[in-house]
Amino acid sequence: MARTLAQINAVTSMNLRSIPSRLWTSISTVVAVGIATGVLLSFLAMSNGFRSTVKGTGSPDVAIFLRKGGGGELNSIITREQVQLIEEAKGIAKGPDGKALLSAEMYSVVDGIKKSSGTKANLPLRGVGPNAVNVRRGIKISAGRMFQSGTAELVVGRAVSKQFKGFELGRTIRLASQNWKVVGEFEAGGSVFESEIWSDIAMLQGLYRRGSSVQTVRARMEDPNRLKELLAFSDADPRLKLDVKAETEFYANQSRGISDLILYLGWPLAIAMSFGALAGALNTMYASVDARMREIATMRAIGFGGLPAFVGTMTESLLLSAIGGVVGTLFAYLLFDGISASTLGSNFTQVVFSFKFTPELVVQGVFLSLIIGFAGGVFPAWRAARVPLLAAFREQ
Amino acid sequence: MSEALIVLKGIGKRYKRGKQSVPIFEHLDMTIPRQDFAAIMGPSGSGKTTLLNLLGGIDRPSEGTINFDGKRMDNLSENQLAAFRAANIGFIFQFYNLMPMLSAAQNVELPLLLTKLGPRARRERVKTALAVVGLSDRARHKPSELSGGQQQRVAIARAIVSDPKLLLCDEPTGDLDRETAGEILGMLQTLNRDLGKTIVMVTHDPEAARFAKRTLHLDKGRFSEKDLNA
Repeated sequence: MARTLAQINAVTSMNLRSIPSRLWTSISTVVAVGIATGVLLSFLAMSNGFRSTVKGTGSPDVAIFLRKGGGGELNSIITREQVQLIEEAKGIAKGPDGKALLSAEMYSVVDGIKKSSGTKANLPLRGVGPNAVNVRRGIKISAGRMFQSGTAELVVGRAVSKQFKGFELGRTIRLASQNWKVVGEFEAGGSVFESEIWSDIAMLQGLYRRGSSVQTVRARMEDPNRLKELLAFSDADPRLKLDVKAETEFYANQSRGISDLILYLGWPLAIAMSFGALAGALNTMYASVDARMREIATMRAIGFGGLPAFVGTMTESLLLSAIGGVVGTLFAYLLFDGISASTLGSNFTQVVFSFKFTPELVVQGVFLSLIIGFAGGVFPAWRAARVPLLAAFREQ
Repeated sequence: MSEALIVLKGIGKRYKRGKQSVPIFEHLDMTIPRQDFAAIMGPSGSGKTTLLNLLGGIDRPSEGTINFDGKRMDNLSENQLAAFRAANIGFIFQFYNLMPMLSAAQNVELPLLLTKLGPRARRERVKTALAVVGLSDRARHKPSELSGGQQQRVAIARAIVSDPKLLLCDEPTGDLDRETAGEILGMLQTLNRDLGKTIVMVTHDPEAARFAKRTLHLDKGRFSEKDLNA
């Protein structure tokens, strides 16, 4: 065993020390593996960032009422009478005024201009009342003030003012045929709400001629376990028949489709690029074995076994690919970690999120590079182990 | 003549070229006694190197038997042959076949990695082998920093470091000038005469063959023995 290890050590050390003589093919393998790993990690970080932004939105103790089968907020409609019925439901927490702590809201879509590309993108304009901030947790006015009821004033999420033109504090912007004044900016713990524009619900109802109807109702529950009671309450009253979901579940469902889409785009692209990297790795390793044919045959003639030749070649391949994986990971991390992007959410509106790298993603990236290294090394290593000994005697 | 180290009986060797089977030699008999220094000469394609490969357990005969030190070796498995080569054979190649990224000492040490010797014992053996070939002061040099003659001396040190019974030399001076070739052949002669090493050397150079005790001519699958010193 010790002798086999000594042989493996000697052959592997020779392989690695001979890499400089094949510098450019080795570098091309490192780069190809690095690109494949970097692309995969970028998509994974994008998907991860989107998922955690949307998933981090909402509280488990906030129930959201929507029209049955409506799916998203945009398609939902709830009448004033239904809102009044919901106020009577048991399990809803009371506000300081002793009334049910709920927020009836409108949800519409307006155009925004992206600062990065100058192109139009959909932004959610949410009409809310004073309770919107009390029902939700973590909403904080970070600059300016809250809008006044009955006025054409807006407060905008931090991500909106960062990524879209014209939403700076004090600016007037025309949205939905109405001039609005931006009077405040709010934070929402990095959640989806930071990608929204909020205004007075009464202003929006008038603007869109919705009368007194709203689209969703959010209610703070006494505790998350009261959701079943609310569902039963809604089902029992034929005038309601609404979908009732915990806000966390609602956003988790919303995020799944888009983050899956990013994943399903990312993996095939990374796999396609991995095939390119694999071809590079195979080429490099076959070149390595061919360049060392006489050396390998000489070692075999002296009495070395095929195993050290196999392990030595595999080690070289895995090492080059691992370096590529680490370089690709590092580049992807430096380029993308924490940068903001926006994409279409499930309500056809923009969701601003940050690319998010995690140790698990890095492990996946390095794992991909090692798979490329293994697949790219195993056939050349097999060839190395089977080099005909007569090659030691052939002319140079 | 002392007892036989190698006995070849009825050896035949054929290679496949496409669908054809091309015979190199048939029914070849040969005996190499211990402490022999035999030069094998013959025209190109006569099978000199093939014979060397058979003697060294690198190739297998198509027919016949090969006995080495009283034991059959033509029927050994690949792994057994590798162990056989490590224990019994030292190879000296025309183009030295040194590992370019290893120093002279590391090249010489390679066969010892196949033995049970520890690092200290290996270092001592390497030191002795390099001293035998007069390269003690070049131990740390890479092959590219050595002349052709010095590289071949490192190869000789590598071949003798594990004290094998047989040295097989394939055109050992084919890549060297006349003067250096003389030095190398003199060294082989010394190894044979003073250390009792059995040597089989393939060469096409009659001058090189004169350093051997006897010369065997291989042609059309038959040996004829000539004394070039006569």
